[in-house]
Amino acid sequence: MAPPDTPDAPPQPPPAGSTVSHDRAAPRRVYRHRLPTRIWHWTNALTLLVLLMSGLMIFNAHPRLYWGQYGANYDHAWLAIGATEKTGFLRVGSLRVETTGVLGRWTDKDGVEQTWAFPGWATIPTRYSLADARRWHLTFAWALAIALTLYMLWTAVGGHLRRDLQVRRGEWSPRHIWQDVKDHARLRFPTGEAAARYNILQKLSYIGVIFVLLPLIIATGLTMSPGFNATAPWLLDLFGGRQSARSIHFIVAWLLVAFFLVHIAMVLLAGPVNEVRSMLTGWFRLPEAKDGSE
Amino acid sequence: MSDLVLPRRELILRAGGLVAAAGALPLLSGCDAINGVEPVRKILSLGEEMHFASQRALTNRDALAREFTRADLSPVFRSNGTRMPAGADYAVHARRGFADWRVAVRGLVARPLSLSMADIRAMPQRTQITRHDCVEGWSAIGEWIGVPLRSVLAAAGLRDSARYIVFRCADRIGDADYYESCDRVDALHPQTILAWALNGEVLPIANGAPLRLRIERQLGYKHAKYLTAIEAVDSLDQVGAGKGGYWEDRVDYEWYAGI
Repeated sequence: MAPPDTPDAPPQPPPAGSTVSHDRAAPRRVYRHRLPTRIWHWTNALTLLVLLMSGLMIFNAHPRLYWGQYGANYDHAWLAIGATEKTGFLRVGSLRVETTGVLGRWTDKDGVEQTWAFPGWATIPTRYSLADARRWHLTFAWALAIALTLYMLWTAVGGHLRRDLQVRRGEWSPRHIWQDVKDHARLRFPTGEAAARYNILQKLSYIGVIFVLLPLIIATGLTMSPGFNATAPWLLDLFGGRQSARSIHFIVAWLLVAFFLVHIAMVLLAGPVNEVRSMLTGWFRLPEAKDGSE
Repeated sequence: MSDLVLPRRELILRAGGLVAAAGALPLLSGCDAINGVEPVRKILSLGEEMHFASQRALTNRDALAREFTRADLSPVFRSNGTRMPAGADYAVHARRGFADWRVAVRGLVARPLSLSMADIRAMPQRTQITRHDCVEGWSAIGEWIGVPLRSVLAAAGLRDSARYIVFRCADRIGDADYYESCDRVDALHPQTILAWALNGEVLPIANGAPLRLRIERQLGYKHAKYLTAIEAVDSLDQVGAGKGGYWEDRVDYEWYAGI
């Protein structure tokens, strides 16, 4: 995939004080994503989607969440999806929202009304099967865990972490972060050489996903394994019990969905062709600065 | 578009963009379509095999499941699966307090046994407060009293050729009596017991009276209830359809349910 004319080089940091010339016909291109990043990205796109959808099917088998070591039908659930005679609902704490048509009560593609929590279009497989969902989930969990481990090692050893993700001293300043928040809110994306680097919000989200959310979802998944509990009972203490781990697992899954939605929105706003191309070929075309800005 | 971009690359991009944008839909119908295909099911079984192999290879085979205190007990210990076995035989046993219930120990053993509940209670007992995890996702903590399976197997003289222990049950579901099995590691584990009491009382019928298996490092469907026989075998091929358990044979639950 890598173009033959270029070495597997890291993105060049912009020379100090450099300006982008606006009169060039061809915008400057930088080699932004190296092969491991691209492979990992698309592996994750697939595995996380399969894990989410098979996970929602597993949730359908017992659509209630608890805090603590135990939790079953007679115990208090802090979250529940269910059905009354005519409606479907989602209950979080004491807040109850009617979700008829989407959660708890919905109509499948054959026109049959179903009362499973998550609808068929959101689950793998479409029709209720805890056994099959577990097969998909437990197998793709390996793909996620192995790919994450390899990628973490590569970011640390290969320099990606230090070079591209590490937050620089100046970036921690509240003023800098606030400026970046404002720029994002106004949809003002960096141009020229600044676009070759990750901004602070990008760095924090990528670090958050790679080093917090993904390890957390794997660890809470393992904490639900009765076999692994015997080997690593400290995980039960860390998360406050198997049912707490199950709740955290569910919450982190939705945090990853939130990351995905913002991620896709940013790709669409920043230039989907250029962004998707860079994640396929590695090459990113630096957007040109508009007159007067930067 | 710029002349720097090769048409070929542009094609790849467009295709990639389409796949990324419309990924969810074909994936969904695709997953359903390939869900039942044999090679796919083989791949999807890799997860279970890797979990089993890695847990057996990398973790302490004698590691104990966490034991709790009475303060941690679930207020109500729910039951699941069969709650009342059908049939006149079982009803008669239940009426007589299971005084004539027998549990056979057979197969690859030197001395086949037929144990009454009195025989079982006369053996050294183990009491443990453990968490029961259903494959559906819920957990309940209960206190169990029973005889370690390894004591029973030792009394029967388990042969070295026995690789699996099969559990036969009195509850019929659909077309067959329930059955389950496990390997030697879990069968000989100190917390694997044949339990006859729950939370200080004689085991209720809904929870498997008069005798059920507790196999604490695996999910609930492995904990066979209403035990009638314990068989030592060298292969699971002749047990049911060959996958080692009632639900394993019928809906393809994992045989190794430690995950």
